[in-house]
Amino acid sequence: MESPVVERSVVITNPQGLHARPADLFARLAMKFDSKIEVIRDDHCVDAKSILHMLTLGAAQGTELILQAQGPDAEEALDAIARLVESDFAADETLSQGSSS
Amino acid sequence: MKFVDFMSRDAIRTSIDVDDKETVIRTMASALLEAGKISEEEYESTVEAILKREELGSTGIGRGVAVPHTKHPSVSELVGTVAVSENGVDFDSLDGEKVHLLFLLVSPPDRPGDHLRALENISRQLRDETFCRFLKQSKTADEVWQLLEEADNNQFV
Repeated sequence: MESPVVERSVVITNPQGLHARPADLFARLAMKFDSKIEVIRDDHCVDAKSILHMLTLGAAQGTELILQAQGPDAEEALDAIARLVESDFAADETLSQGSSS
Repeated sequence: MKFVDFMSRDAIRTSIDVDDKETVIRTMASALLEAGKISEEEYESTVEAILKREELGSTGIGRGVAVPHTKHPSVSELVGTVAVSENGVDFDSLDGEKVHLLFLLVSPPDRPGDHLRALENISRQLRDETFCRFLKQSKTADEVWQLLEEADNNQFV
């Protein structure tokens, strides 16, 4: 039996939007999971595990994205991704601050 | 946003013969300098800012493509250029592949939206295998420019 599709919505809140570094963090995190993970903006649906695909979303601050996952660790994957987005890509910020000092 | 809106035709370089990240970034920034897009005084700090950004994580986004970039107060509008390497450049890409196609972007710090739209445009066009392959095979700046124009006219997607 196919596992159910888990869905969640997140809003991009960091001022720079989903630029290269957040997209990189997003895709790298998604890759850690076995589930198929997709991100939808309006009618545009992309593979969460591809930075190239994630960048095509052009998601600026305030953009709502729908996350969909299907597979053995779907819930866990969306929990982790939602946390990353809600933290304004915290790891990214920490890195930036570290390097600019 | 279209390629022709931010790409500097005069700064496009093909058949570049370098194989490391720093040299290719310097080559591309020099091309922007020669094209009058960045000033001589700002050249070094621009290069250093791009290299610093690479330290945070490679901009080699896969498929043999990299998008080295930085925000820099020296530019008043987004400027960019393309470089094509036949042999490939070692860029610590996510997928471990060498990079053959580079899009370098320098944007004003107060215009995050433009940077995002440029990335969106580049990535959207690169999803098309044909466009990607043709660009990598380009031997002259004119060929690259023609492909960018064709992409702008939606001839690939």
